[in-house]
Parts: sequence; structure tokens; C-alpha cells
Amino acid sequence: MDTHPHYDDVDFGTPERVSDTAVTLQIDGFAVTVPQGTSVMRAAVQAGTQIPKLCATDSLEPFGSCRLCLVEIEGRRGFPASCTTPAEAGMVVRTQSPRLAQLRRGVMELYISDHPLDCLTCPTNGDCELQDMAGAVGLREVRYGYEGLNHLKDQADLSNPYFAYDPSKCIVCNRCVRACEETQGTFALTISGRGFASRVSPGESEPFMGSECVSCGACVNACPTATLMEKSVIDAGLPDHSVITTCAYCGVGCGFKAEMKGNEVVRMTPWKDGKANEGHACVKGRFAWGYTTHKDRILKPMIRSKITDPWQEVSWETAIAHAASEFRRLQEKYGTDAVGGITSSRCTNEETYLVQKLVRAAFHNNNVDTCARVCHSPTGYGLGQTYGTSAGTQTFKSVEHSDVILVIGANPTDAHPVFGSRMKKRLREGARLIVVDPRKIELVQSAHVQADFHLQLRPGTNVAMISALAHVVVTEGLVNERFVEERCDAESFRVWRDFVARPDNSPEAMEPVTGVPAALVRQAARLYATGGNAAIYYGLGVTEHAQGSTMVIGIANLAMATGNIGREGVGVNPLRGQNNVQGSCDMGSFPHEYPGYRHVSDDATRLLFEKDWGLSLRKEPGLRIPNMFEAALDGSFMGLYCQGEDIVQSDPNTQHVTAALEAMECIVVQDLFLNETAKYAHVFLPGSSFLEKDGTFTNAERRISRVRKVMAPKPGLADWEVTVALSNALGYPMHYEDPSEIMDEIARLTPTFSGVSYTRLDQLGSVQWPCNAQNPEGTPLMHIDRFVRGKGRFMPTQYVPTDEKITPRFPLLLTTGRILSQYNVGAQTRRTENVRFHEEDRLDLHPHDAEDRGIQDGDWVGITSRAGETVLRARVSDRMQPGVVYTTFHFPESGANVITTDNSDWATNCPEYKVTAVQVVKVMHTSEWQDAYQRFNANQLRLLQEKV
Amino acid sequence: MNHDSTARAQHLIKMANDIGAFFEAMPDQHQAARDVAAHIRKFWEPRMQRSFLEYLQSHGDTALKPVVREAARTLNA
Ligand code: SF4
Ligand code: SF4
Ligand code: SF4
Ligand code: FES
Repeated sequence: MDTHPHYDDVDFGTPERVSDTAVTLQIDGFAVTVPQGTSVMRAAVQAGTQIPKLCATDSLEPFGSCRLCLVEIEGRRGFPASCTTPAEAGMVVRTQSPRLAQLRRGVMELYISDHPLDCLTCPTNGDCELQDMAGAVGLREVRYGYEGLNHLKDQADLSNPYFAYDPSKCIVCNRCVRACEETQGTFALTISGRGFASRVSPGESEPFMGSECVSCGACVNACPTATLMEKSVIDAGLPDHSVITTCAYCGVGCGFKAEMKGNEVVRMTPWKDGKANEGHACVKGRFAWGYTTHKDRILKPMIRSKITDPWQEVSWETAIAHAASEFRRLQEKYGTDAVGGITSSRCTNEETYLVQKLVRAAFHNNNVDTCARVCHSPTGYGLGQTYGTSAGTQTFKSVEHSDVILVIGANPTDAHPVFGSRMKKRLREGARLIVVDPRKIELVQSAHVQADFHLQLRPGTNVAMISALAHVVVTEGLVNERFVEERCDAESFRVWRDFVARPDNSPEAMEPVTGVPAALVRQAARLYATGGNAAIYYGLGVTEHAQGSTMVIGIANLAMATGNIGREGVGVNPLRGQNNVQGSCDMGSFPHEYPGYRHVSDDATRLLFEKDWGLSLRKEPGLRIPNMFEAALDGSFMGLYCQGEDIVQSDPNTQHVTAALEAMECIVVQDLFLNETAKYAHVFLPGSSFLEKDGTFTNAERRISRVRKVMAPKPGLADWEVTVALSNALGYPMHYEDPSEIMDEIARLTPTFSGVSYTRLDQLGSVQWPCNAQNPEGTPLMHIDRFVRGKGRFMPTQYVPTDEKITPRFPLLLTTGRILSQYNVGAQTRRTENVRFHEEDRLDLHPHDAEDRGIQDGDWVGITSRAGETVLRARVSDRMQPGVVYTTFHFPESGANVITTDNSDWATNCPEYKVTAVQVVKVMHTSEWQDAYQRFNANQLRLLQEKV
Repeated sequence: MNHDSTARAQHLIKMANDIGAFFEAMPDQHQAARDVAAHIRKFWEPRMQRSFLEYLQSHGDTALKPVVREAARTLNA
């Protein structure tokens, strides 16, 4: 196994303070200098002394309740609590004295007298702060006896699938309550009762599962005892070693400690020093890793000649040789361009890089695309055109400096939960919030968060809205003239200004289009332009539209015009859906560009790659995913290598996709499971989970983090080795001993990555690109003094109504999204206990629309669009506006994408998932598509079972 | 061209017009036409460019927005 850097986990007791003033004090005779505002407790740790503590931990504000951390301070009376006492210049502190020892023992004695003494059989034996403290204060006997009133018989709450709550062990330190409030921002826990009777409880004494709890695990992390405890640890025992790695779910890219016992993961805990998450996590990364050992995983390669044949298990050599000979056969028969590859944002940078290299070098065409096509390709185009680089401008931490937060078409509390918590924290501190979304997402109104403005527009009218906001900025004199003059292209600004100032772009003119009162739009625009540091966060509600790229450009324009670029607290921040969306785009997965966003027609770049790879390369762009489907139906695209992506479930207009796949002669799928695409495949190459591989992921803030192997790849070969083997079999040999060498090649060929290496990543923990000679430690903030392209470029954003219009036949607009507990196509999360939080996709509709149709909550409803029909159960919800319905797409049998159409973004072909005209009616049985799907699926599962 | 491939070529016409709809907001329509052509060259695989032009040849270019029509004339080159 490679060298894993060792990162310490010191608990400083109270959070870090930032101050320009430093104070020096003496602790136990040693001088220590800390920023003003730092607690005596933290200063002591810095000086090398751990003061006993129970209610304090450095992820939470001090609370001062346990009285274990008492110290003596010269010139002060009594024994102040060191966690709540700020260090002052010249202070002389003593942390040990006979009197302090006696006081601390007394405190501990009280705790222990109401605590079960089953340490030897307790699941946290050896990892319990109460036990540690009893040792630290030298407690040897308990005078009060255990016969008195105690909580030892309190019933445990086992309702949560992942953690247990055993109140008999609770010392009422309040850390869990504060973690839920401060870290997670959910406010699910309270201390109910008073004095002796006080106990932690979710909501109004509900079980965890019935409460507001979102299962983030922050309270479990914070709990110093075995009261809140991972069930996996209760079952398997405490870990014996751990490895730092990165979450394989969403684009936040949280750092984790994979805590291991031998070769088994015992728990995943958020890494304190992970810069994306700073010690927090969500239910997916923290708990939903059980899929990695799920019985559905396929561990042996398989082939078959027709999709109606049973699978045949074969050796790696046979499978690879077969795939290679099929690809070569197809190229001979139909031409060089008849095959291609698809990479996934669920794969590492190194894996993705290799697939595009295989396509360009071994297939000798540019037919490579990635699932970012269907999510954030407009971000790449829009930000590339205006700023010169295809990425967000900030770090996540930057939001701590924002005064105004504008969230457009994103739902961070569900889709980017750890960042959502960060954002909520800033909002609780007083930042103002504008939400632009057709739905009343959680941020609009939740515990201690209330949006100042919710611009609840009709789906498909984003561009009308952004132009209207810009109109107010321009016509009310709110442009940051100085910024524009210094930093932006003057002519493009003039054209844009004249365009948005036109009366047809005013909020009043756009009101009938967006459905949002003009006065609200005006107020929101003023707030954004004048409220201080204003930051925009956006998601797929911006990109997945026919005008997705136009909207990204509109956002970029607005931020430039108001000077909200190039410093902390501002910026344009795409929230990426999957873990490695940013990375897969950076790695040259798009058919028109090499790693680092350089067009294939650029001679200098092509020459660079030709020299390094030792062959000539093609200069015409290749096919994008939807174009591959079209070409397949035209008979000119017949073979596909699809790594880690489930196009059948995730791409729009399912029936069109499956028709295209059926038209192809060889589909090679590399995945953990027999996903929906694999049911159309001829070769199945078993993939490895993130726990089984070395590599890197790049998150939404351009942060490159290591993924570290904690166990051997279950199928025998790691994913990168499979691609190498395939390339070798195709006659283009690749030589790598280790994924670090792939990264070295990327660094060698990509200027923005030239300073990246595994050694550098181990040293720094993670790094944000560009990382090169000028920025050896990476670039947290982009465009500080100048835009990457030089001058920022404005572009007019003409609103063009989508073709998906409501008609008497299809009078409602369907929009799609995701929820917290499930991830994308659900292949992973559906194979975990997370199904208990969300066991089916439902159709949300407004009470009026439900009533009009005689639909009640829980009824089966048929949803029909011009593309297809499916049936789901209804949920009547006032999060919706009348006329708009909503569903998620986590379960294949829901067929959410049977209904979505093949409309797409004009610039990138990113599908218009967010707007489909539909009709909804109450029905008694499943749709024709669903019946056909059930039959097809049952048959495919049988063919898997009957494998020979 | 069979019925399906005609439908697919028509889809390309729509895609081209959608591109045109973005660039026609620029004040200089000739520049806009150059931008449309550049966009198509940059992002459309040769097969797509070919079917697009073939369709125009057999069906004429009346279905195109003026700015796309101007762009299409420079594409064969
Ligand atoms: S798991 Fe998270 S949301 Fe649930 S109670 Fe604990 S901190 Fe709160
Ligand atoms: S459950 Fe744990 S963190 Fe919460 S009050 Fe009890 S001991 Fe403290
Ligand atoms: S899913 Fe996202 S927010 Fe949750 S732990 Fe993983 S990276 Fe973090
Ligand atoms: S740790 Fe300071 S009072 Fe509890």
C-alpha cells in the first residue's frame, strides 16, 4: 500500500479565532501567543497542555456547563472555566493544582455516579471522552453510590438506521444539540426537562426517525460518550487504523477518514482538516457506503453476443480481448468514427483522463463525452466565454464573507448538504438571501433561515429574470463603473448595457413571462447590487434548460456589472452535482477539447499531445452524447465504451436512448452494478468503489483531493488498470505503474495542473487549480486582478421562450431535482439504508392542481408528455406553485426520464430536464412503458442469474 | 434520406436556429453570422455539419434564421 500521510486530530476545545491582534499569556510557566479572542483552553493546547473538558470541542462554540475545565488565573477570584474565558495579554494561568484536581474529581464523580459502569462491554471502550477524563482527573472512587435515582434503565432509540441513541449514557453536555444547531443548522435536538430530569430529545420527544433530523451525524461526532453511536461500530467494534480519502458522492467533495478494522470499513467520519467540509458531512458520505459491499456488485467480467443472451463469465484477458476486437471490427466495418467513449463524473481524474486518451489515441477519434454534458456543460461554455475559464470563482469558505447570497436554481440543503450548512450558518449570522427558484426550497424558509426574496419564477424563464435584474442594475445607476472600466471589455459592456436597458427587458415587461411581481425583482436587484459582498450560487436549475448557457452568461454579466468578482465573499459559484464533475471536465472529457479546456483544433496543443502520446491526433470535434445517439440511429456509430455512467437512466427521453443503444453492436459497460445501461451491454467490466482505488477528485471549488485505496479492488483490477488493458489490447500501449504517474502526465501536459502531484497533495491536504509555478499552493480565488481571458466580456442575453410550452393537452410544467438521501440514479444509495428516508420517487403538485384533478396525497397518477408516459404516486405540496409539478429521478422504475424530451441547450446540447409540458391524471395502474420495463428488467436479471 | 434521418436533419436545423437565436442579439449581424459559423465548426462533429449542409442542399435554407443562413454559406469552406 502506498504511503498515507499522517494527519493529526487534535481537539483544541474551542474554535479558532482570527484577529490582527495577538496576545501573549503564560500557561503553566510557558509563554504562548494566540490571536485575540482565543480561549484559555485553546491557548493551553497550543502550549502543549490538554485541560480536562467534557462539554467543549473545537467544532462548537464553548458552552461552559460541565465545569471540568476550571483553571486558576492570577489576580482573579475563583476558578474560571477555561473554555469560556478569553486569553488576555499578560495573563498567568495555572491548569494544575491540588485544589483544581479536587474540584475536577468532584465533577467527574457526579457524572460517573449516573453513568453505567459497563466500560468493558461498551462499544466505545477506549474511545470515550468520559472514560479519558475520569482517568485524566484521577478518579478512583465514587462516593455517591449507584443506588440513587439514575437514568441507567432509560430506553435506547434505535430508529435511525445508522446510529443509536442510548440515553442511559448521556451526560447532558449539550454538544449534540449545539452540533445540530451550529454545524448542521437543522435544530432538531433539544434538552427537554430540567435539572436531573433533563435529557436530549429530537423534536417533541419523538424518535430520531420521526423528527426533523437529517441524519448528518454531526451530533454523533460531537458526542463525547457512547450515547450517540454509529451502529456499525456497535456491531463491528472500534477501528484500528484510518485512511484519509474523499467522499464519492456530491460536488462538495468532503474529506473523510475511512476508519478501518483490518480490511473492513467500520465507519466514515468527516475529516476535520478537509478544507471543503471542515469536519462536517451529510447522510450520504457519512453513512451510505454499504453499497460498496452489496451483494449486487458484479466482480467478474462478462460477455454476450446479443442482449437477449445470458451473460457468460470470462477472465479479464478474454473480456478485454473481446471488447478490443469488437471495437476494431466495428471501425473496420463502419469507419474510424463509428466508436467512442463516455466517462463519468463518478470516476477519478486519472480514470477519466485515461478514457479520453484511449478514445483520442487508440480509437483515433474525438468521440468522447462525459455526463457533465447533461448537467454543467453550459457552465463550461458560459464562464469560458465571459471570464475565460470554465470553473467557479471561489472557495466554499468564501461564503463566510458574503453579505448577500443569491441562490439560483440550486437546492444546497438537499443536493450539496455540507455547503448548505455552511451557507445557513452565514445566513444565521445575518447575510441576506435571495432565492430564484420555481419551488419553495428549504432555504426559502427553515429553522432560523428566511429568504428576503423568493422570486418564484415559472420554469424556463431564467433568462428573462436575469435580464430583468440586470435592467434594474443598469437603469438605476447601480453599475460598479470603476470595476467595469478597469476590468472589463468596454465595447462588450456598452452593447450589453444598451441591450438590458431596453424596456422589453424591464421587470415590468418580464412580469407576464416570469410570473414574478416586478417590484420584487427590483428590490432583489437593488439588494444584490448594493448589499455589500454579493455571491451567486447556482445549480442545475440554471444549466439544464434550452437557454442554460445563456443563463450562465447572464449570471456572469450581472456579477461583473456589480463588481462582485475577484475577492472573498463574492463570485459566481456553480454547485456541481456529482463528486467529480469539475474534474471530468478539466480532464478533457469533452469531444472538442483536451485537458485544460484547449480546443482540439488548436495546433500548438494538439502538437503537444501528439508528441507526448507518440501519434497523430484528429483536429475535428467528436460526437457529444446526444449526437452519439443520433449517429447510432443513423447507423454510423456502433460501439461504445461507457465507464461508470448510466446513460439509460440519467439521460432524457429514455425510449430514444434505448432505441439508440439497441442499434449499436457493441456496448462495453464498466460499473459496480448491472445498471440500466448494462442491461443493453455486450461486455461488462466490473468496476471498483472509491474505497478500492487511488486517484483524485476535483470538487466544485476546483479543489483536487486524494482518493485513497483502503482495500484491494474487489474485481482484481482497478478501473484505471482496466482502461490501460483495453488500450493495450487495441494496440496503443499505455505504461503506468500507479495512478500517480497518470497525474504526473496530466501535470506535464496541462498548464493549470503543472504543479499538481500526489506528493504535493499529501503535503497540502488538497489544492485548488490553477496550481503551477506562479501559484504553487493553488488558487483559492480566481480573477483577482484580471480575468483569465484578460478583460471580462459581457454578452447580451436575449430571452427565447422554450419550445416546451403548455398547451390544453399538456397544461402543466414538470421540473426535476434530487433529494438529500438519494444520489443521482440511485445505483449506490438505493443499495443502502438510505432507502428508508426515500423509498420511491413521487410527483409533487400544488393543492390546487391536485384538487382540479381529484388527486389526493398518495394516489397513483399518470404523467404524460409528448415523449412518453409514466406513473408515480402523488404528493400534494405547497412547495410547488400552481401549474408546476416536480419529481426526482432516483429509481429506474419511475421512468422520470421517459417523460423528459430531447430539447437541449443551444450551445452545449445539455438537456432541458427542468421544463417539460405534461398532463397529470389519476390512474389505477402502471404505464405501458413501466410494464414493458418490468418485463425487460426481469428478463435481464434472469440473464444475469443464468450466467454461464 | 429516410423519414427518420430527415427528422434528425430537421433537428439540426432547429439546433442551428437556436444557436442563431443567441447570437442575433448582437448589434452587428455579420459578426453574429461569423459567430454562429464558428460555434458550429467548434462544436459540431463533421457528420453533423455534413448532414446539415446536405439537408440545406436538398431542401433549401428557408427554414433558417437569416443570421444562420449567412453562417451556413461559409460552412462548406
Ligand atoms: S444527525 Fe444531524 S440532523 Fe440529526 S440530530 Fe444529529 S446533528 Fe441533528
Ligand atoms: S447525547 Fe452525547 S453529546 Fe448529547 S448531551 Fe448526551 S452525552 Fe452530550
Ligand atoms: S455527499 Fe456531498 S456533502 Fe455529503 S458527505 Fe459527500 S461530499 Fe459531503
Ligand atoms: S469544557 Fe469548559 S465547562 Fe465544560
